[in-house]
Amino acid sequence: MSRPTTYAQALNAALRDALTEDESVLVFGEDVGALGGVFRITDGLTRDFGEERCFDTPLAEAGIAGYAVGLCTQGFRPVIEMQFDAFGYPAFEQVVSHVAKMRNRTQGRLTLPMVIRYPYAGGIGGVEHHCDSSEGYYVHTPGLHVVTPSTPADAYSLLREAIASDDPVVFMEPKSLYWSKAELELPTRTEPFGTAVVRREGADVTLITYGPQVPNALKAAEIAAVEEDWDIEVVDLRTLVPFDDETVMASVRKTGRAVVLAEAQGFAGMGAEVAARVSERCFHSLAAPVLRVTGLDIPYPPPILEHSHLPGVDRILDTVARLQWDDEPDLTFADRPGTTGVPA
Amino acid sequence: MSDIAHLLPCAEPVRFLAPDGTPAEPTAETAATMEARGYVIPDDEDLLAVWRGMVVGRRFDAQATALTKQGRLAVYPSSRGQDACQVAPVLGLGADDWMFPTYRDSMALVTRGIDPVEVLTLLRGDWHCGYDPVSTRTAPQCTPLATQAVHAAGAADGLRRKGVEGVALCLIGDGATSEGDFHEGLNFAAVFNAPVVYLVQNNKYAISVPLARQTKAPALAYKGVGYGVRSEQVDGNDPAAVLAVMRAAYRHAREGKGPVLVEAHTYRMEAHTNADDATRYRTPDEVDGWTGQDPLVRLQAYLVGRGVLDDARIEEVRAEAEAFAADLRTRMNAEPQVDPMHLFDHVYAEPTPQLREQREMVRAEIAGSAHAAHGPAEEKEGAR
Repeated sequence: MSRPTTYAQALNAALRDALTEDESVLVFGEDVGALGGVFRITDGLTRDFGEERCFDTPLAEAGIAGYAVGLCTQGFRPVIEMQFDAFGYPAFEQVVSHVAKMRNRTQGRLTLPMVIRYPYAGGIGGVEHHCDSSEGYYVHTPGLHVVTPSTPADAYSLLREAIASDDPVVFMEPKSLYWSKAELELPTRTEPFGTAVVRREGADVTLITYGPQVPNALKAAEIAAVEEDWDIEVVDLRTLVPFDDETVMASVRKTGRAVVLAEAQGFAGMGAEVAARVSERCFHSLAAPVLRVTGLDIPYPPPILEHSHLPGVDRILDTVARLQWDDEPDLTFADRPGTTGVPA
Repeated sequence: MSDIAHLLPCAEPVRFLAPDGTPAEPTAETAATMEARGYVIPDDEDLLAVWRGMVVGRRFDAQATALTKQGRLAVYPSSRGQDACQVAPVLGLGADDWMFPTYRDSMALVTRGIDPVEVLTLLRGDWHCGYDPVSTRTAPQCTPLATQAVHAAGAADGLRRKGVEGVALCLIGDGATSEGDFHEGLNFAAVFNAPVVYLVQNNKYAISVPLARQTKAPALAYKGVGYGVRSEQVDGNDPAAVLAVMRAAYRHAREGKGPVLVEAHTYRMEAHTNADDATRYRTPDEVDGWTGQDPLVRLQAYLVGRGVLDDARIEEVRAEAEAFAADLRTRMNAEPQVDPMHLFDHVYAEPTPQLREQREMVRAEIAGSAHAAHGPAEEKEGAR
């Protein structure tokens, strides 16, 4: 029976179901025990599964990540929480030098089936060091899957898939979406890793986004349809690694225009990667340069100023307006033989 | 005070054998603690096994250094002088136990029974880790300092959770005790009562930086006390003492009494690696002083004095070590077989679409790029 379910509740249900089905799954981190996590994602897990399965650790993120590596060597599947994006930085060496590389270093003999959960990004009025969009560091690191669900259904499904994965998964949870709701019947399975989804079909421009900015993209598309007569297609990447070139490029070849929307600072980030890929693969279909809408290239601002930093509907629509609307894209290119999406 | 007495290391390093192989004479205080902690000099049979391991290990070490001069290894960090720490702790491990070594612990890996060619894969450069960590119960040699300290704690906790009566041995150097992960490892191990034993091989230098720049502590062993970890210090050039202390530490951990930190006072006789020049930061007199502390000479003198080791056996093991080195030399002289296509095999369980594209690109480059004249294409064509 479907019922209104928040994103946070969906994550909690995914952890519960994984703990129930697989005895090798362990959940640990800071405040995940009796408190249930500062965002209550692990609510009740220690009570229901015991201290051996869900437990608090010393306050040391490198220790948490490294301890998980050690547990993986003994066949466990740790799901660890970093509490906040910026609190995950002490674990960076463990993540980059060991978590990401162990399979490769050992020629596939030792694998690390662990999930690192990062509540991330802003828009919640958080003070400094609580609102970083840190996904860029992880997508730049080969060996990690990087996943960021934007709906309660995806939150459940992708977390289950992450826990079942034999590769390490960086699981980025937009804090601003924890309280978002959907009618949901659990358990549910949505599209697998490596699959982007068209959240709103449109004919004129493709808006490619992920994580915390998906609701903004949909809102901008609705407003554009009413006020500007632009029919915006919204693509939700869902998994940043592996990246779904196919869905993204098919959409851009259909519309002939592309805007990449990311909450993170723009310089050398995930948005830049998407824009480059689209430019390389869809150049001949484009009526206008690929544009980006991102956060500013500044340290995350104090909460009263964060609205100036975050991409909003206005910044999105202002950018869409710059897409050389007087030019007609060549939309026949997608049908030509030999255009597989790989640049020559 | 009595509450922490069981954590404190002996006031002086535990020692059974003097440098000349005669019985050492500890102070009354240390002797009492040694007795209370159950440190007894190992029997002749066990010490003969350690001696044999050290003879073979040292020959391996010399052969590896020679291989760098022949260009067969990119680099080699020798552990000569630390032989007692490389051999005795490993021989004290059981089949279910795990080991977490560093890049300087190749001799320990050979003692573990791992094929020396697989041990040297990292340094030859045809892959990162040449052996199977799962079947050998030995983690890849760790280059990022102290990061393995938390891995060992987690693995030990995993052994406990599985109901295996195993321990994890974490090898670490003096420089790495300054890294945060060393402290996080000790703390996690203590809080979760993980059966892990940390062996700090204090060889006095972190490349060129002396111990005085790492710590003001009276001994590195005291670093365990603040975490509630049983701590000990041992003469790292006394193989009998190292084996006795490590065995007691394993027993302590195995019995569920928590982790142990052991500091072994030893010395790195060679430079940091063959690429280092140790004369820039230490004097010949200092090195000579440690030559007189040689762990192999010490144990051999003791065993000969006991009448359990004679020239015939010494010659027999020397020949065994020579054969071991000769076999290694022969096999290392074969060109390593590498294939750039393998670069894509173990990044993920399944390559991403992007990696599949890049694999095709490299395949085409090897087949002969249209621009081959502009790049080092021949370097990509397999074995160097």
